[in-house]
Amino acid sequence: MQRIAVMVGQRLLFGLLTLLVVSIIIAASVELLPGDAATAILGQAATPETVAALRQRLGLDLPFYQRYGEWLWAFVQGDMGVSLTNERLVAPQVGERFLNTIFLAAFAAVIAVPLSLALGILAAIYRGSWFDKAISSATLVSISTPEFLVGYIVIAIFAVQLDLFPSISTLRHDIPFWERIYVMVLPCVTLALVVMAHMMRLTRAAIINLLASPYIEMARLKGVGTARLIVYHALPNALSPIITVIVLNLAYLIVGVVVVEVVFVYPGLGQLLVDSVSARNLPVVQASCLIFAGAWVSLNLLADILAAIANPRLRHPR
Amino acid sequence: MSAILQSSLSVWRSAPISARVGMLVIAAWIFAGLFANVLAPYGETEVIGSVWAEWSAATPLGTDQLGRDLLTRILYGARNTIFIALLTTCLSFFVGISSGFMAAVLGGWTDQLLSRVVDILLSIPILIFSLMLLSVLGTSIPVLIMVLALLDSTRVFRLSRSVAMDIVVMDYVEVARLRGEKIWWIMGREVLPNAFAPLIAEFGLRFCFVFLLISALSFLGLGLQPPTADWGSMVRENAGAISFGILTPLIPALAIASLTIGVNLVVDWMLHKTSGLRDEV
Repeated sequence: MQRIAVMVGQRLLFGLLTLLVVSIIIAASVELLPGDAATAILGQAATPETVAALRQRLGLDLPFYQRYGEWLWAFVQGDMGVSLTNERLVAPQVGERFLNTIFLAAFAAVIAVPLSLALGILAAIYRGSWFDKAISSATLVSISTPEFLVGYIVIAIFAVQLDLFPSISTLRHDIPFWERIYVMVLPCVTLALVVMAHMMRLTRAAIINLLASPYIEMARLKGVGTARLIVYHALPNALSPIITVIVLNLAYLIVGVVVVEVVFVYPGLGQLLVDSVSARNLPVVQASCLIFAGAWVSLNLLADILAAIANPRLRHPR
Repeated sequence: MSAILQSSLSVWRSAPISARVGMLVIAAWIFAGLFANVLAPYGETEVIGSVWAEWSAATPLGTDQLGRDLLTRILYGARNTIFIALLTTCLSFFVGISSGFMAAVLGGWTDQLLSRVVDILLSIPILIFSLMLLSVLGTSIPVLIMVLALLDSTRVFRLSRSVAMDIVVMDYVEVARLRGEKIWWIMGREVLPNAFAPLIAEFGLRFCFVFLLISALSFLGLGLQPPTADWGSMVRENAGAISFGILTPLIPALAIASLTIGVNLVVDWMLHKTSGLRDEV
């Protein structure tokens, strides 16, 4: 247990360091640009006096390290600054959008995880059969296909041809739960399709790896049935790679939503990020990038911890 | 000339059907991109008809949201998108391979420093990182190429460092060191030729990744800017058509998918051939 604690501590420190470096990179690259927020807000026509006044009001006349330190301190306390485009506080906007994104990713995961585990295991058992071949060609097509193609095909079939679901996911604030789910079906299906191939492939590889090991051979010679072989003999040892696959794909889901959110005009953090990048609304970009990066880093950390818990061998690195 | 023809013919014969299909698709798109100005029936930004016109003899794939011929845009899009993705991948490989080899050959604190920096850059998804940098630096083609190449080179660094690590312990590298060769000689003449096979396959994979990334950024409106024809932006610009049941946006998206599938088919075969076993990455 102590080893896990040490490992978690190390990884946590590294994760925090990563986020810190990322925030320094973005702050420094803003610094290197000609002009600053004051000239950006006031535009070309501003007189030098008004620019200087605004600069002083925003604290832009202070040295870089001091401004960065203050920004960091405020950020840690949950104050992410003010949006440049609508002068509203960044934190509540970003928070609401992030909840929407997590909801979407979780919904997609609920569909994708069980399906791809089942299909991956089946492909591993019937290795070399037409089913396995179909799965691996589907995987190849899916990793080569841009997310928006999947999205528009889904729209063309389910929204336009069959007219079953709306092609745009508008979320009102007082939307009832089931209507919310209904509106989100298409983006979820798209996201699930995008991650499923990868998950199936990794599950299949993990199981195939295991099925080649001597103790499985032994169980087979003993006359254990396929179902029992998979559930009691193979799965406990496949747990650790499978957990890793699932958690890493959850991380991918959270980040992969960016394109899918834009396709379906879903009001998530990805959509906000893309809009803010076009408008060069830096406080919002900074906050949403750090949240995405934080989600990514912490899910990766979670994957490592769960794998170490599921597989005692990982706890004692040689 | 005939020697090249002969060797490419023998490559063709030894390839399975899937790899042949892949090679044909890649060759077709490269041909389309190179000769876009000859093949295309109209000019790149020429408006020739009504918005989202039907398929006809004059406009084989219909027209786009401004009434430009879609086939023409697809052909010029092949040129622009593939060229930029290729340039980015080459730059990424140049940076990644030279820093990766340098880390392996020099070792010590150079290796430590480079590896730790790359570790940090690797732990953030490229799409998020590039969005962040593009918002600061603005979207122009040189910036796009530099940012993506730099971010992608971290992935190349990892592979080339680990490949080179196995090579620098060989006797002939030791001999070169004792002979007093400079680091550039060791990297270029001793390590590179022996690291070629895995790096070539990786080039295909990275190209696909960069190509999809550029398409995604263009689709988000942050990659290539109009009126330049580009597959990703064409999907974005024509997206509205889908709700009228017009499939125009699917055509450039399918073009993207066909090229990446083609490259993947060839890469799969190459990986199979070189390692025989590399089932999973």
